[in-house]
Amino acid sequence: MSNTATGGQAGGQAPVGGRDDARSRSSVSPGLWALAWRRLRADHVAMIALGIVALYMLALLLSASGFLASDWEAEVGVNYAPPTFVGAQSAAERGALGNDAVLEAPPPDNPLDPLRDIIRELRRAPTTVQPPVINDYGIADPLQKEMDEIRAALANKSVKAVAARRDTLPFGADKWGHDILKKTIKGAETSIVVGLIAAFLATVLGSIFGALAGYFGGKVDDIFNWFYSIFTSVPYLLLILAVAAVLQQKGVLTIVLILGLTGWTGTFRLMRAEYLKHKNREYVWAADAIGASHLRKMFSHIFPNVSHVALVQISILVVSFIKSEVILSFLGFGVPVGVVSWGSMLNEAQNELILGKWWQLTAASIAMAVLVTAFSLFTDALRDALDPKLK
Amino acid sequence: MTSYILRRLWQMLPTMLGVILLVFLLFNCVGGDPAYVLAGKMSNAEQIANIRRQLGVDQPFYVQLGIFIRQIVTFDFGSSWSTGETVANILRTRLGPSMTVLIPLTILETLLAVGLALAIAFVRGSVTDRSVMVACTVGMSISILVYIIVFQYWFAYKLGLFPVQGWGDSLAENLFRYSLLPILIGLAVSVAPSLRLYRTFVLDEVNQDYVRTARAKGVSERRILWVHVLRNAAIPIITHVMSNLPALLIGAFLIERFFSIPGIGREVILAVERSDFPVIKAITVYVAAATMIFNLLTDLLYQAVDPRVQLK
Repeated sequence: MSNTATGGQAGGQAPVGGRDDARSRSSVSPGLWALAWRRLRADHVAMIALGIVALYMLALLLSASGFLASDWEAEVGVNYAPPTFVGAQSAAERGALGNDAVLEAPPPDNPLDPLRDIIRELRRAPTTVQPPVINDYGIADPLQKEMDEIRAALANKSVKAVAARRDTLPFGADKWGHDILKKTIKGAETSIVVGLIAAFLATVLGSIFGALAGYFGGKVDDIFNWFYSIFTSVPYLLLILAVAAVLQQKGVLTIVLILGLTGWTGTFRLMRAEYLKHKNREYVWAADAIGASHLRKMFSHIFPNVSHVALVQISILVVSFIKSEVILSFLGFGVPVGVVSWGSMLNEAQNELILGKWWQLTAASIAMAVLVTAFSLFTDALRDALDPKLK
Repeated sequence: MTSYILRRLWQMLPTMLGVILLVFLLFNCVGGDPAYVLAGKMSNAEQIANIRRQLGVDQPFYVQLGIFIRQIVTFDFGSSWSTGETVANILRTRLGPSMTVLIPLTILETLLAVGLALAIAFVRGSVTDRSVMVACTVGMSISILVYIIVFQYWFAYKLGLFPVQGWGDSLAENLFRYSLLPILIGLAVSVAPSLRLYRTFVLDEVNQDYVRTARAKGVSERRILWVHVLRNAAIPIITHVMSNLPALLIGAFLIERFFSIPGIGREVILAVERSDFPVIKAITVYVAAATMIFNLLTDLLYQAVDPRVQLK
């Protein structure tokens, strides 16, 4: 069991009868994936982490298919509605925030105020008599009547909308009264989808380049190594920002392309080393002897034996790309306006925190930290399970 | 030694040329016509033709590439498109503030991470070891943005221990007043991943034969770790620190942006926001050059640390 890398796909050749594997009653020894899965299942931390990641993926699927959080843009709560476990905010607090419901009702009288009679008089004035409104320049507004109508209509509308709004939400609301929980789920969808697709793209690119460089060697290898040295000599974040500056257009596809096209270098290095090692193995010679083409040898003979490297790379990249996407979106080079991601949530939360509204920051940070922790723990366990020599 | 350095510099040329070509293609072919960016929304054909002539974009592309290479070699990238300041001046003045934060940060981070890694290796396998590792994993999974936002809000805005942001003129004021919180945040973010990495470097050495020999001689466990193991683990640690330095210059951009530190990282962000291509081009090319030079310096340092290393 020590050398699983070679026994991988070609695992059928060594008949070891009566192994402890209960699932395979035949004389075939378990392949790399079965062994890895068995090791992984024995690791409790890894299984819990996998469960958490699976939950996120489930939420992602439900959210993407519209069953969950599709109405995140509905303004269900009052502005900055606090989480239910904190309790509704007091009237004074709400007044300070300029909530339109409060504008209708005057603030309570200050009993110590010597001017309170005059103030009360002034407040009543506009409703009783309608004095001709003349602005500072002494010109009467010709659109006065229309504006009044619009204002009245707006006042009616906002009162109605506010009546339906709730004072508290399970995890609070943002500036516009969006439910933070739904917003976080929707943000998770964007961030994780970007991470997954970009990681897939980067790994495919890295694997193909690595396969070509490692398998053919010589001039091809030189060219790809040249590419590799170019991409690694520019710091990763600088490269991302430079591409973002050039592309100029925001969008989920743009971020995926930026991250995917710049992030293939690590996979390339590992895959190249694997192909260098494998191209002189006997099974490749055997494939050569029966006349398999280069492409066939590269991708249907060697690749299954090195695919575990690609799998580990994908999961490492997902974590790092989710983090990069959050930073890019935070800076405003990521998702466009109207699409929510954890990065854009953190961007809003930065200003909210000064007002003491901590819930959006907390929701986005916790959602991200839990996923990234679980994903990293799972990646570590996966690497150990697929390559026990490293332990 | 001299011939080694010369050969390494010679080998850098193709890579450097590649970087120049990459940046050139990115900005001149993918990036669209800079004249439209420069001329703004209200422009006529004559103005655009004028700007194109000034920038040399109406020339064939090999002439443009020649112009670009001449700019790099002479350190003359012209002036910024948005502020008119010369790019050379921007780079010169922004480097100081970045270094004021980064040099203390790197030194403190390395000392702290190496010290903790050795201390953790001393109690390897224990509950302390495992809980520190779990804490590192959790700490690493929180976005750097959250660290910055929360630390700035809590330590600077709420408790008033540090200035919320700002930058002064004197080095002492910058270092001991404005840089403290940025350095603290940098430490909070970077010690965890470094600690995890250095711990594996140390643990790789702990099972070597020379450690067993030292134990057999009766050398104390503490001396084994701090003298014998540390010297052997130093090579990967130096590689990590040195190769991260140029990237750190850019990586600190979030901190520089939040604390209004006029450094290189903040300049990159501003340049991307304003489509200020000359600044981005210059920074990309020079940071790439710096990365390669630092890799060479790292290899030279190896020999100083470990006489067994032969530079060929």
